[in-house]
Amino acid sequence: MDIGWYLAVSALIFTIGAAGVLTRRSPLVILLCLELMLNAANLALIAFARMHGDPDGQIFAIIVMVVAACEVTIGLGIIVAMHRGRLPIDVDELRELQG
Amino acid sequence: MAEVLFFLAGIGAIAGAVGVVALRNPFFSVLALVSHLLSLAALFLLLHAEFVAAAQVVVYAGAVMVLYVFVVAYVGGQDEPLGPRAGSGLRLVSIVFGAVLFVELCAATLGSGLQLIDTNGTAVGPGFGSPAQIGELLLTRFLLPFEVASFLLLIAAVGAVVLARRRGGLTAAEDQARYSAMDVLRPAYTGTTAEGVGGPHRLPAATAAAPAQTTPVEDA
Repeated sequence: MDIGWYLAVSALIFTIGAAGVLTRRSPLVILLCLELMLNAANLALIAFARMHGDPDGQIFAIIVMVVAACEVTIGLGIIVAMHRGRLPIDVDELRELQG
Repeated sequence: MAEVLFFLAGIGAIAGAVGVVALRNPFFSVLALVSHLLSLAALFLLLHAEFVAAAQVVVYAGAVMVLYVFVVAYVGGQDEPLGPRAGSGLRLVSIVFGAVLFVELCAATLGSGLQLIDTNGTAVGPGFGSPAQIGELLLTRFLLPFEVASFLLLIAAVGAVVLARRRGGLTAAEDQARYSAMDVLRPAYTGTTAEGVGGPHRLPAATAAAPAQTTPVEDA
């Protein structure tokens, strides 16, 4: 398959993730949509690595996976802390900072 | 053959992504993301990224998603109404934003004029993307990013423990709930740290009388 097809799939997945971040209200689902966007970027990186025949892009994708794991850990920790503090699990309700 | 596999995996990945956004229950969203990640791993395999595909399945779809499932079960994955509460205006704006973003991304990548973009990519050897090659690169050229990434993981682990730890002690109900069968079978003053420090979790038998009294086992 042409590399362009992979890039189109990557762009579509990134778009779906971005729309999900904007529309959903639960922070859990927003974290899942962030994962979607990171994975779309990973697919583009690996497609470009294949295009150039250079494995550096794959190393980049692995580092992105590490950063995504850290983001998940901290994000889920914040959600658990919100649940402990009896705060609503809803980004529209969390307006302590008057945002 | 590669085309068929590409379309199967691509449709699976896109369907999984749509499922993450469109399903109401967060638990089903997590399951949709697992199927999305597995399809993406198939795409990685088609691109000769074998090690990344394996790491995707084992680490991402395996470990990270289990973390998600636990948190969804803990927080309570109740159904939420889709869309913003303010009305459908914001939703429409976000869909338009997504469409514009897709067009822009396609224009940026497909219209970039890269010569190899309409080919299968350059010819690569059989060792491309293998664990041996990735490992050698991580320990030679990319040693510093590798070490920084491991340090970042350590910081994230410590941060998660600090964020999710329990502030304040157990409530009375939890204090009752933590008695187990072992507390009855075990002689008094032989066991837990809580007994040793005389904390609030001492056994009833231990608080009632002297330590020389008969154990619960002999009572039974």
